[in-house]
Amino acid sequence: MSLVLTLVTVLLLVAGGAFALVASIGLIRLPDVFTRMHAASKAGTVGSGLLLLAAGLHSGDLSTFSRALAGFLFFILTAPISAHLLARAAHKVGYRLHASTVVDHLRRDNP
Amino acid sequence: MTAFSMNVLFAVVWVAVSGSATFLNFLFGFVVSALAIGLVREQAQGVSYLRRIGLILSLVLLFFRELALSAWKVAVLVTRPKLEARPGIFAFPLTVDRDFEITLLANLITLTPGTLSVDVSEDRRTLYVHAVDCSDIEGARRDIRDGFERKIMEAFR
Repeated sequence: MSLVLTLVTVLLLVAGGAFALVASIGLIRLPDVFTRMHAASKAGTVGSGLLLLAAGLHSGDLSTFSRALAGFLFFILTAPISAHLLARAAHKVGYRLHASTVVDHLRRDNP
Repeated sequence: MTAFSMNVLFAVVWVAVSGSATFLNFLFGFVVSALAIGLVREQAQGVSYLRRIGLILSLVLLFFRELALSAWKVAVLVTRPKLEARPGIFAFPLTVDRDFEITLLANLITLTPGTLSVDVSEDRRTLYVHAVDCSDIEGARRDIRDGFERKIMEAFR
């Protein structure tokens, strides 16, 4: 049983670390602020969530685990809001979308 | 949402009466009082409280599946040697009209594959969504309309 728990913890740690790495690679490679927010908000949330779950599981204590779960929930609640605000602010001040962008209905409707 | 606040109240009362303030005990009280309220509501009203809880749970499940999928898609996108993105911002006509539902939908959209909500129009009829792949706007709109928006309507109406 403890072996299974250890293996699951290891798996969660590696997967969480990998997603955090992918999020930071995305921040460097993607072309503009909007596409970068995709990487930061999604892969970042999942990465930190998996790491929190691993920490909670490793403690083997229910109250610690539920606290880790609560941390994950707060990530889910706050990450999209910050991504949304950053993207909205960037668009408001006229930060240009990358040249490969195909449509911009927001600019069309609010000239 | 009055049934829900009653549910929480009952669970708190249960914790107080049973005298053990742990999360598990609260959860147990919550489940028992949900069943009780469900039984009473079944007689009084057409909309079943238990069914609503089931619908909300199915929304949560759908969300976690989409979240895992979206993180995976970002991983595939950024680790590919050649970046092939056709990003853009498209307008999504909203069917839901309450602030709470629009907020929920916008947050769910942000955490799902390839989409990020950017802005809501002044009249609250349109949600502007940034997508990594804008080659099929109609398809993306249909996915949101038949996925999260329909589930939200089912769960909260």
